[in-house]
Amino acid sequence: MSETLTGKDRYKSGVIPYKKMGYWEPDYQPLETDVICLFRITPQEDVDPEEAAAAVAGESSTATWTVVWTDRLTACERYRAKAFRVDPVPGNTEQFFAYIAYDLDLFEEGSIANLTASIIGNVFGFKAVKALRLEDMRLPVAYIKTFPGPATGIVVERERLDKYGRPLLGATVKPKLGLSGRNYGRVVYEGLKGGLDFLKDDENINSQPFMHWRDRFLYVMEAVNKASAATGEVKGSYLNVTAGTMEEMYRRAEFAKELGSVIIMIDLVIGYTAIQSMAKWARDNDMILHLHRAGHGTYTRQKSHGISFRVISKWMRLAGVDHIHAGTVVGKLEGDPNMVRGFYDILREDYVKQNLENGVFFDQDWASMNKVMPVASGGIHAGQMHQLLVYLGEDCVLQFGGGTIGHPDGIQAGAIANRVALESMVLARNEGRDIWNEGPDILRQAAKQCKPLEVALELWKDITFNYQSTDTADFVPLETAAS
Amino acid sequence: MITQGTFSFLPALSNEQILKQLKYCIDHGWAVNVEYTDDPHPRNTYWEMWGLPMFDLRDPAGILMEINACRKTHPETYIRVSAFDNTKGWESIRLSFIVNRPSVERQYRLERTEVASRQQRYAIR
Repeated sequence: MSETLTGKDRYKSGVIPYKKMGYWEPDYQPLETDVICLFRITPQEDVDPEEAAAAVAGESSTATWTVVWTDRLTACERYRAKAFRVDPVPGNTEQFFAYIAYDLDLFEEGSIANLTASIIGNVFGFKAVKALRLEDMRLPVAYIKTFPGPATGIVVERERLDKYGRPLLGATVKPKLGLSGRNYGRVVYEGLKGGLDFLKDDENINSQPFMHWRDRFLYVMEAVNKASAATGEVKGSYLNVTAGTMEEMYRRAEFAKELGSVIIMIDLVIGYTAIQSMAKWARDNDMILHLHRAGHGTYTRQKSHGISFRVISKWMRLAGVDHIHAGTVVGKLEGDPNMVRGFYDILREDYVKQNLENGVFFDQDWASMNKVMPVASGGIHAGQMHQLLVYLGEDCVLQFGGGTIGHPDGIQAGAIANRVALESMVLARNEGRDIWNEGPDILRQAAKQCKPLEVALELWKDITFNYQSTDTADFVPLETAAS
Repeated sequence: MITQGTFSFLPALSNEQILKQLKYCIDHGWAVNVEYTDDPHPRNTYWEMWGLPMFDLRDPAGILMEINACRKTHPETYIRVSAFDNTKGWESIRLSFIVNRPSVERQYRLERTEVASRQQRYAIR
């Protein structure tokens, strides 16, 4: 029940609990146009969960620590965020899920910076909570429509690249640092000629003493065009335009366009506004925009504090990137299968249904916004192709960096092995075969006619990364009596 | 070798394999289209259509007959099979693979024209 004070009592000078200031409204019915946030709250000892939820609502909207009479000059009831539901986290006595609704007028249209300044602003350092995590957000269609969304989108990207029916194949140039422009282009050429669709700069390749960015762009585009002529395929290489200033990023992007690249790349660490600016630039210049999620692990990985990657996925779809690294499940980086599934759905589906097992707390209508291509990268190889296709589906980019360049017979051989493994698996899946179980056999059969694949399967046959995930679902499917 | 299409890195598909892929397309409700060209340039989007997309033909064997008819009339061309999905939010191709190649593969050359500050203008011919 609401404990909100009314009239004169509410505005008496001094400090009153957030719960009594109007930030806890258990009877509140969220509007279609409200932004709803789900926070995982760990209150300080002796702080009641409802008061903690109200405090989070208050600090992420209109409140300050004491009563101010100037509230009364505003339609303050409307601008107050309202915590309306608090649930204990299953199997955890310290943590609570708090649902908080925000009126649409609290946010400027088309600005992730403005949204996040409220939602993850001061509130994350607030003393009354020990830890706080933004788990999910329900974005109203009215708000979504204020963003143009991905510059290109999955459908147009496929049309532009003329590649359908299978995941795209990529690789990151290795070693990530130290190659000269000329040597770097060699890796790009070998990978693309061998059968990859994309090569990729790594997140920290910008313009260093060993390789100036213009040099890299020139050699990479020579490689891309040469491979395209040799194969008759459209090829690309993500040119990372990340730099210290927007001006410099635009300059590099313009040069990439001038050279005829189909794709450029940015890093998450450039910030939300810079990402939105580059998305706008990409949209205006028919460019696919790849985003590397460098830095996200600092705040997405631990369950108690930070932001879930599913929220970052939502923000990045709004911000307008075409590609985002979203986990491999089987590779070397964090990624529980269900959680990753949730991220992929958020990036690719037009309507995402609530699915607690996958960590998706809200139905989300994307209102026809372009889809983002998830990118699976980090410690994956050809021998896992059946698992990758089952877990991740076909609308994604599979990036085999070490798994291409580390092939003993060279980069082209590595690329061929991956492409043959992929095409065999898609063919088998489409024929109705059970690739999850028959996968290893399908790969062995394909390897009989493809030496590079045989070598790859033998080399990496035992490589798996079986570690416990830290970011996992709080809800497990209930077993029925029959099972 | 031209490696466009979903299955270009596999040995040429047999008719039996093609039938299975056609069934996959039909089972998804997609319309299959047959196209051919002697110029599979990476930017040649519009190959010649062998009739209209077969919106109403739901029999893989019937589609294979059309593929064979196209092969017979245009044996020295590249022929591709594409499947269109008209679902809202997609409305594009879902699968596309080559089912015929000429006896001699088309070769493209990369032509370079030197322009300012070490740049090349590239043309694939």
